[in-house]
Amino acid sequence: MGLAYAPSLESTPVEIAPRYEHFIGGKWVPSEDGATFPTIDPATEETLADVAVGTPADVDRAVRAARKAYEKYWKPMKPADRAKYVYRIARAITERSRELAVLETKNGGKPIKESRDFDVVQAAAHFFYYAGWADKLDWALRAGRTAAPLGVVGAIVPWNFPLLMAAWKIAPAIAAGNTIVLKPAETTPLTALALAKICEEADLPPGVVNIVTGDGLAGAALTAHPGVDKLAFTGSTEVGKIIARTIAGSNKRLTLELGGKAANIVFADAPLDQAIEGIVSGIYFNQGHVCCAGSRLLVQENVHDEVVERLRERIETLRIGNPLDKNTDIGAINSRAQLDKIRALVKSGIEEGATYVEQQCALPERGFFHRASFFTGVSQTHRIAREEIFGPVLSILTFRTADEAIEKANNTPYGLSAGVWTDKGAKSMYVAQRLRAGVVWCSTFNQFDPSSPFGGYRESGFGREGGVAGLLPYLE
Amino acid sequence: MLTSIREIGPSPPLDAVMLEARAAGFAKRSLKKAAKLAAIDLAIRCIDLTTLEGRDSPGRVRSLCAKAVAPAPGAPSVAAVCVYPNLVATAKEALAGSGVKVASVATAFPSGLSTLDVKLRDTQAALDAGADEIDMVIDRGAFLAGDEQTVFAEVAAVKRVCGDVHVKAILETGELGSYDAIRRASDIALEAGADTIKTSTGKIGTNATLPTALAMAEAIRAFERRTGERRGLKVAGGVRNTKLAIAYLVLIDEVLGDAWLSPDYFRIGASALLDDLLLQREKEATGRYGSFDYVSKD
Repeated sequence: MGLAYAPSLESTPVEIAPRYEHFIGGKWVPSEDGATFPTIDPATEETLADVAVGTPADVDRAVRAARKAYEKYWKPMKPADRAKYVYRIARAITERSRELAVLETKNGGKPIKESRDFDVVQAAAHFFYYAGWADKLDWALRAGRTAAPLGVVGAIVPWNFPLLMAAWKIAPAIAAGNTIVLKPAETTPLTALALAKICEEADLPPGVVNIVTGDGLAGAALTAHPGVDKLAFTGSTEVGKIIARTIAGSNKRLTLELGGKAANIVFADAPLDQAIEGIVSGIYFNQGHVCCAGSRLLVQENVHDEVVERLRERIETLRIGNPLDKNTDIGAINSRAQLDKIRALVKSGIEEGATYVEQQCALPERGFFHRASFFTGVSQTHRIAREEIFGPVLSILTFRTADEAIEKANNTPYGLSAGVWTDKGAKSMYVAQRLRAGVVWCSTFNQFDPSSPFGGYRESGFGREGGVAGLLPYLE
Repeated sequence: MLTSIREIGPSPPLDAVMLEARAAGFAKRSLKKAAKLAAIDLAIRCIDLTTLEGRDSPGRVRSLCAKAVAPAPGAPSVAAVCVYPNLVATAKEALAGSGVKVASVATAFPSGLSTLDVKLRDTQAALDAGADEIDMVIDRGAFLAGDEQTVFAEVAAVKRVCGDVHVKAILETGELGSYDAIRRASDIALEAGADTIKTSTGKIGTNATLPTALAMAEAIRAFERRTGERRGLKVAGGVRNTKLAIAYLVLIDEVLGDAWLSPDYFRIGASALLDDLLLQREKEATGRYGSFDYVSKD
């Protein structure tokens, strides 16, 4: 007999209001024209709430509120007092962690196991980490220099880690003494709004953190707004390029954290059973909606068949389904549009001659789901080897020597992350030093810590988030 | 069957980080209601109910045997009772006709530090008294000194003496020092003919852990791929509550598969665990938490 995992649903109740407004200057305000759009649960396609559509006028209002808060409250405040507010936010996230996890899972589709054990935990950790920096900013610079905030930060974050990406922007920005206007992704505004509620309950001075919900229009207005001193964007390389062009010639500072097509390099001498785990966490974590996902597996040719066979077996143990089920490993794809994009790329992979393998299991009848899958026989020329799929689809290529692996790994316009699997320390270092990627994980994958900087090379962006390096973009 | 350690190729390396991450994942699986009840009964059926103390007496063993056969109304019997060799006859008599097996530790348990001759006679004595299964210990001193041939030869010799009787080789993983060493010892014991590899004696501070069991399960999986033969795993010591027992069942299910989810291929060596399983079983059946006062103290 096999073990039956009956559904085990996370039961923490979470309150979702029927309608959400922008959070501007400490108040909840509707859009200038009162317009709203529905935000859904991608696992059920049901509407969760109606959310205000941000207009350029709303963005303008938010930037003005942030400027006022900067001059009136935040800049004059003693750094140690600013720290207290940031700590308070961190504690509130911890206290309400289960509720935030459920909300994140409902609005974004990721498994509760991940929102509970990763997203919310890391979000709180970022606030705790940067709270500690608030009264020690000079120490982030070279000796003898004095740190000063920049002013108003505009931040635009993606839908793959909605709360965590908001934390990555807000925590260092306000700890460094700036105020911020954040625009969450169109499909996942709810946890950012819950974070706004936490800021309100923490008595954060009005206007230090402002949230304007909406689509690309609000993002564009924020990008172009002359009152913004610094822009921080996480999202697609395509939009990143537009932003860079928009602000060229202005005085705005910019950091971009964009796409990736990371190589996960597995040598024949690697601990293969553990490498399989790294491959799985590298590509199937968060349904593959991860900019640093290990989406190109480069496996040494002499263990290719063995690795593929083991991976084929392993994906059969992944459970796909209701994201609120604690036993779910793969949840819902974030949106219909993203599911269509993944399917189109899978189709192109099949047409270009690669072999497609996916787990054998039933999918829920409603909602956006895609099975854990991989391609073998992939060449560097295939679209699935070059373009970011941003879904649970792995492309497997082979190499013969370490130098060939390095060459193939670097043969991409991206450069966000990479993985190296070998039992030999020296080889691991040799390869890691030659990979042009912001993060290289050795014999592990997708490890994060607020003290460790994260960011890209080339078209994966510039600027770092996390650690001291992540503080510098918010300081003069 | 291989005859010498030289015929075993090198064992693959292991890495602690992802091994432990994967192991932690098993404990996150959540079984509820009917699924939990089925898992509890399976765990009970996989128990080697164990008493290995200097003060073990015939009376104590008889009492434990009665509990092994009928732990609680409606609950299944455990797989075996595990005792020292001199108490095998008592256990055999108490369990006659019940289907519950008698397992005996042997080979200078728990240290394994005696001559091969003494170890084989120890084993033979347990067999003569009627033991259905032998829990032997490997020679960790030899293993750590690099003398893999001795470890291999002793396991093979014990298996020869036992014939069709089931042999569990205790690796005492807490003394081996690394996951690589645990994998190596697993490979040696399996190649030498052990029917089951077992984590620990329960006599040192470090007992079975999920990552250790995972490392050993990977060895069993690789052995099956290589030879087509299915071998067993026994975790012993430290498995004290239902939640942890279920995590081990999840490990077996996800790493080795359905075919291993039976007392033929998976055992839990424990004493206190059974009481917690019975308490949880009662809770799942009645919806109320019971009291240890209603669980027999044997």
